[in-house]
Amino acid sequence: MPGLLPLVEHAVKKPVWDCRMCGQCVLHSTGMTCPMTCPKTLRNGPCGGVREDGHCEVKPEMRCVWVKAHHRAATLPLLPASWRAEVGHLRPPVDNSLQGTSSWRNLVTGRDRVTPAGWQGVEH
Amino acid sequence: MLRDLVRDRPRMIVTAECPSMDGGSVADLGERIARIAPYVDAMNATDNPAAHAHASNLATAIALAQLGVEPLMQLVCRDKNRIALQADVAGAALFGITNFCALTGDDVTAGDEPEARRVFDLDGPQLVSVLAGMGRGTYLSGRTFHPPGEFLVAAVENPAAPPLDYRAERARLKVDAGASLLQLQICYLPDRLADFMAATVRNGAAARAAILPSVCLTRNARALTFMDEKVPGIHVPAATIARVAGAADPAEEAFVLVRELAAHALSLPGVAGLHITDFRHDGSVERLVRELRIGPVHDPSIAATGEMTYAHHG
Repeated sequence: MPGLLPLVEHAVKKPVWDCRMCGQCVLHSTGMTCPMTCPKTLRNGPCGGVREDGHCEVKPEMRCVWVKAHHRAATLPLLPASWRAEVGHLRPPVDNSLQGTSSWRNLVTGRDRVTPAGWQGVEH
Repeated sequence: MLRDLVRDRPRMIVTAECPSMDGGSVADLGERIARIAPYVDAMNATDNPAAHAHASNLATAIALAQLGVEPLMQLVCRDKNRIALQADVAGAALFGITNFCALTGDDVTAGDEPEARRVFDLDGPQLVSVLAGMGRGTYLSGRTFHPPGEFLVAAVENPAAPPLDYRAERARLKVDAGASLLQLQICYLPDRLADFMAATVRNGAAARAAILPSVCLTRNARALTFMDEKVPGIHVPAATIARVAGAADPAEEAFVLVRELAAHALSLPGVAGLHITDFRHDGSVERLVRELRIGPVHDPSIAATGEMTYAHHG
């Protein structure tokens, strides 16, 4: 069973969000736009290299993930207000040990909210 | 100390980019900065700018300190993971360096080794938080760190890149995470800078952090075209390039352009100073700060005592 859940999650989320299975999903707080699809895997907003047309510094053919995320967080229908507000929150560093695991399981167990002891974050 | 200037803001602060070294000695570095250092409060020890390998941020920061120039040591997220970044901070601290500036960093594709592995284990705002944590005495893991003094944590933001209405919010996020100094990306779009500054005044970032817009001293229109085409996140309007290209004295016009941009930036509410990148190497930094009457040469307290922070003269 432990091996099945990540497969199911990936089968569902890969086609819709190009899910990278980081195991600590933050889609709800990023306008349902996966920040791990950013070539720099930035989880806290766009880098300074965004092009004039809103496209990616690294992949000129791709719209910046954070241009999309910021827009969608404000405009996507049906998003709860609390999710919309979270787009500006400081998300902690990725826990690389969760790569490939099911974020659904990690959400239920609370494992995805475990941060390093020295992480202070920001009060929101 | 830069930290005191950032906290008290008695006058406009001036910082500058330290030229990158590819060989040479500390004495050579001293010669290269001799026409910049006396006119600025601190210099950025850059971390492989534009994804090109150069003398490291840590070595450059130590060299600057040895030359009597206060360093602001940049750390980019592109090349090192969280362990290596924290080790560089701890190493710098061994030498009494306490000024650090967190950047996401240009992508490897902006450099001359685009086939390199990119790291980005942390992002810019996360690195700000980690630096602030070390300043408070803990590594990210929670283990104890003993900072040699109060840290000055800085960050950067691009006021003119999309999504424009997100930039001030992101600046505030970095301030919330612990940054008290923000150096902005070079900007040739005065209206966008004005909008950004107004937004940082509204959201409180400009009150809680010293914000320094940046200008870049160049000699000709070709350099402006290069920045427009090659430097990620910088847009130079065609009319601006044409103005320099079509001038009777392009080098002088390039300087006048920068002076105009700087004067406009310094006039904006919330601006605490100026960051300068100098590609002219002809004394233009001195001319700029004297004509704008900013920086240490126009510090009433320094003028009164005759003290200069810069001690090195080859």
